[in-house]
Amino acid sequence: MAQVLPAERDLRRVIGDGDAVPDGEVDGLTEHDLLELYRSLVLLRTYDERSVVYHRQGRIGTYAIFWNHEAMQAGSVYPLEDEDWIFPSYRESAIGLLRGMPARVILQWWRGHPSGWWNPADYNVASICVPIATHVPHAAGLAWGKKLRGEPVVAIAYFGDGATSEGAFHEGANFAAVTGAPLILFCNNNQWAISTPLSAQTRAEALVDKAVGYGIPGIRVDGGDVLAVYEATREAVARARTGGGPTMIEAVSYRAAPHATADDPSAYIDLERVEQEKKNECVGRYERYLERLGVLDAATAEQVRAEAADVLRTGIAEAEAEPPADASLVFDHAHVEPLPSFDDELRELRGG
Amino acid sequence: MAELTLVEAINDCFHVELGRDDNVMVMGEDVGRAGGVFRATAGLRDRFGQERCFDSPLAEAGLVGAALGLCMAGWRPVCELQYDAFSYPALDQLITHVGRYRWRTGGKMTFPLTLRMPYGGGVRAPELHDDSPEAYYVHTPGVKVAIPSTPADAKGLLAAAIRSEDPVVVFEPKLHYRTMRGEVPEGEHVVELGKARIAREGTDVTLVAYGAMVPLCEQVADALADECSCEVLDVRTLKPLDEEALLSSAAKTGRVVIVQEAPRTAGYGAELAAVLAEKAMLDLRGPVLRVTGYDVPYPYWQIEDAYMPSVERVARGVRKLLEY
Repeated sequence: MAQVLPAERDLRRVIGDGDAVPDGEVDGLTEHDLLELYRSLVLLRTYDERSVVYHRQGRIGTYAIFWNHEAMQAGSVYPLEDEDWIFPSYRESAIGLLRGMPARVILQWWRGHPSGWWNPADYNVASICVPIATHVPHAAGLAWGKKLRGEPVVAIAYFGDGATSEGAFHEGANFAAVTGAPLILFCNNNQWAISTPLSAQTRAEALVDKAVGYGIPGIRVDGGDVLAVYEATREAVARARTGGGPTMIEAVSYRAAPHATADDPSAYIDLERVEQEKKNECVGRYERYLERLGVLDAATAEQVRAEAADVLRTGIAEAEAEPPADASLVFDHAHVEPLPSFDDELRELRGG
Repeated sequence: MAELTLVEAINDCFHVELGRDDNVMVMGEDVGRAGGVFRATAGLRDRFGQERCFDSPLAEAGLVGAALGLCMAGWRPVCELQYDAFSYPALDQLITHVGRYRWRTGGKMTFPLTLRMPYGGGVRAPELHDDSPEAYYVHTPGVKVAIPSTPADAKGLLAAAIRSEDPVVVFEPKLHYRTMRGEVPEGEHVVELGKARIAREGTDVTLVAYGAMVPLCEQVADALADECSCEVLDVRTLKPLDEEALLSSAAKTGRVVIVQEAPRTAGYGAELAAVLAEKAMLDLRGPVLRVTGYDVPYPYWQIEDAYMPSVERVARGVRKLLEY
């Protein structure tokens, strides 16, 4: 089961190209599901594009762009139950939107305001992991811990291609495999870790081959195909929930936008390839699929976009309306029982 | 009261605390089948099952990271790191996550994680089995640090760490695991974090120490009994520090010698000295002195005694201060 066959290195696809490659479909997905997935994609896309604008306007700080990663995020969250846990990296900063988290909260995170730091248990979405791959062991621990309690909960940890070089990825994946933890290791392989290409990151033919070393199944999927991502994750979730342990999913895409607002990829990236990717970006691909299927018309698409735009308009307005944080919060929350020295330090902060 | 060695007291603590709270679990390399390389976790796997005394894969950072996730699932994990110097990979998780996660959630989630490890030298061990890394841990925001020096405190401080809602790191003086015996209260025994202990009353000079340096300081007090009266203050909790106990002993004797096994520069003794410089200036009759390990990698064991603070070195410091 844990051997990755060469055939499995082929990218699983569902969405065709409207020409030579025919469209497929996913069993069990209704028209309602298809449109819900579309809503998720558009919400994420709108969040991302508006955030870049907000950054340029000085309304949020440095921001990690996830343009063209929406299919990987929306497609993999949709087969989860609400009690399942999501462990995002900074590339999935807005994934909480898909769990009902207000846009205000995530925008405040990027604005460096304390109200942007949520309670993970409210959404079953862990805090955004800023260092690379160090959240993979957390997801393994949570998944195993829930299993020990007899709760049928699955966890999913998101990380990039660069993260697979980190010790934390290895230690977390191995821990999950050994304990049979119900964990999905979701690698969004966008082929760049800031300026480092995948070829400088690994000699493996496919990142999913690493699954073999952990004795767990691996699936490789087209990361720009939201339905293929959905189907692969659904399979992994079903296995995890029924005691089959972890699965590694490698979703292959291409980073068509800068790493973050502070990055200029023209110094290192293949700009022609970026242009190609932009033409085939994941939201447009899905739109065209739904149009071919007759599920999406222009009016519905317009309505979905308008709803998403409204979420962001409301989110940024609410974020900007919040009062500035009280500086005394510097000392709050790190401990349940604060250090006695905080009394003196707070006096000093207040000018005493 | 039972007469136990220091490591037996730790084992006793585990039996009491795992028996008391079903959410407490122990995890680490060799803690289950072997009962720990020092037998600190002996008998737990048989009594509480392999899941609550879990033999983890050999990966210190992964262990502590997984423990953090277990906290999110409602567990109270106690991680054993096999040796002081093998704990360094785990500092990644401790610094980037364990000490920050509660803060990151706006105080909404708690991470009652305990990290414990044998520390210190004098046991004729190979390289990297002898370090005193407490300063790295004390310097990490969001975690508390305790170091017992007696069997009773080894049980009581570990129990306090396990019951604490905050992450706590406990260093255990491995030199005294089996060489020290003492009275240990039976059943539940908790020593509150943040409280120092006067190990020996005295009037002329205060020797401030923790862990394996406390019994050494008591030997110094004995050796100098004809010359002066030494008070020995056992810090017990490095963070939060019991400043009141430190300052009141300094006020009483007017002289302080800090004894620390770790290398000198930016060690915990420097923090103690800084507190005294800030808050005890007018009580002191001489400079605060430090007797510490040297700023070198912990040496080969044939010459390790030259590195360790000894009764003679500490006594020299005391005499120097008395003559000041």
